[in-house]
Amino acid sequence: MGAVFAAMMRREMALAWRGRTDVLLALSFFVVVVCLFPFGIGPEANQLRAIAPGVVWVTALLASLLALPRLFEHDLRDGTLEQLLLSPEPAVVWVLAKVTVHWLVTGVPVALFAPLLAGLYDLQPEVLPLLAGTLLLGTPTLTLVGAIGAALTLGVRSGAVLLALLVLPLAVPVLIFGAGAVEAALGGVSYTAHLALLGAGGLAAVALAPWACVAALRLAVS
Amino acid sequence: MMGNDRGMDATPGRRQRWRQGIEARQRAPRSLWRFAAPQQFYPLAGRLAPWFAASAALLTVLGLYLAFFVAPTDAQQGEVYRIIFLHVPAAWMSMFLYLVMAFWGIVGWVLNTRLSFMMAHALAPTGAIWCFIALWTGALWGRPTWGTYWVWDARLTSQLLLMFLYLGYLALTRAIEDPRRADRAGALLAIVGSINVPIIYFSVQWWNTLHQGASVSLTRAPSMATVMLVTMLIMAFAAWFYSIAVALWRVRTIILERERHTDWVAAELDRLAARERG
Repeated sequence: MGAVFAAMMRREMALAWRGRTDVLLALSFFVVVVCLFPFGIGPEANQLRAIAPGVVWVTALLASLLALPRLFEHDLRDGTLEQLLLSPEPAVVWVLAKVTVHWLVTGVPVALFAPLLAGLYDLQPEVLPLLAGTLLLGTPTLTLVGAIGAALTLGVRSGAVLLALLVLPLAVPVLIFGAGAVEAALGGVSYTAHLALLGAGGLAAVALAPWACVAALRLAVS
Repeated sequence: MMGNDRGMDATPGRRQRWRQGIEARQRAPRSLWRFAAPQQFYPLAGRLAPWFAASAALLTVLGLYLAFFVAPTDAQQGEVYRIIFLHVPAAWMSMFLYLVMAFWGIVGWVLNTRLSFMMAHALAPTGAIWCFIALWTGALWGRPTWGTYWVWDARLTSQLLLMFLYLGYLALTRAIEDPRRADRAGALLAIVGSINVPIIYFSVQWWNTLHQGASVSLTRAPSMATVMLVTMLIMAFAAWFYSIAVALWRVRTIILERERHTDWVAAELDRLAARERG
């Protein structure tokens, strides 16, 4: 089982490296959209500081959504997915490996870039590590829940838009606790409860989402 | 139990009893399981739906009479509070029907019964409509009492997200062309959504209290007069029966559409056409 997980990780990493423009595209989307808000709202520093955690979090959510359709699409098109599902290895293992790599190449870069961009919003430097931390803690849940949506809409016409409609309402709790932790820190309130809830959500998603994802994948290829 | 008895040391008498049991079950006219077959359920739904519709109509007339002519004017809100008799049942039904949908989804996945998925399909539009009515009447009620159509109150927000969940279900099941996949994918989504509904509700509640002290709260209503409560319950039952009736009629249409390749549907369609010609 560990060998399957490792082999799938290696394969996905190699694929991600060869298609690295895709990864950069999601990241650039994140950067551009975050930079877009001041144009719509105005350059008033106090206002920007107030909306910074929310803007960064919402944009991270959208960037994660943008990359999701690719998660299973290639494998469906060239038949790999069918072979993987036919293999005697437990499907949950390789699905988890795929999702992990997807998070490593989409979620982690966004989390690492977020403090830089929050600097543009004049966010206090003390909360920047917390912002990155909440993103690191919250984006796995987004990827896992998103993977269910990606599997459900796999091969469906206008699947990408459908995916957004399915996943975004389910992502609201993560958004609330992620952005809420930073805002609590800014307000001088304890934010450990937010982090605990984010982590709990992540653990629940790791435990449950791969099963739903596998069920949806089996439907997609049947 | 029976499976263990079979073969091993089953005496002829036991085996015979076992066989008789199986045959009796196959013949059993009273077993509810036979209604899991669309062909059996179709006429049953046709017989039940008018009764539920009639009860719904009767209760609505009674409920509206009580709501407009018997229930006293509210001391704080005046006449406008009467929208509660539509608003609250609609909100209840929208939440309840989503859970029923998820329930049929689970039944379908576990027992592999097509009819369960069809029931989930049939319930979704009704649930979405209740959700919309709850939001709409809430906005109309909010304007005169709170001075605004919308506040980001925890209940309003989670109701809005429930609306999105319904839309997601409807969009997904209609976008997938293969009915088998559409059924199961929709059921999976409904199950995932129903796990999320309480999480969304509590997170939204917490979010709301974090941002601002709730300036307007729906829970401040003082203890209701009994007649108001009774009226609301009557309206809730009316909404309930209406939902059942509409779902049954809708599931009949779905059955006809799905089973159109079978002989009995062809015969049924001929019968319907003949009746229409008079």
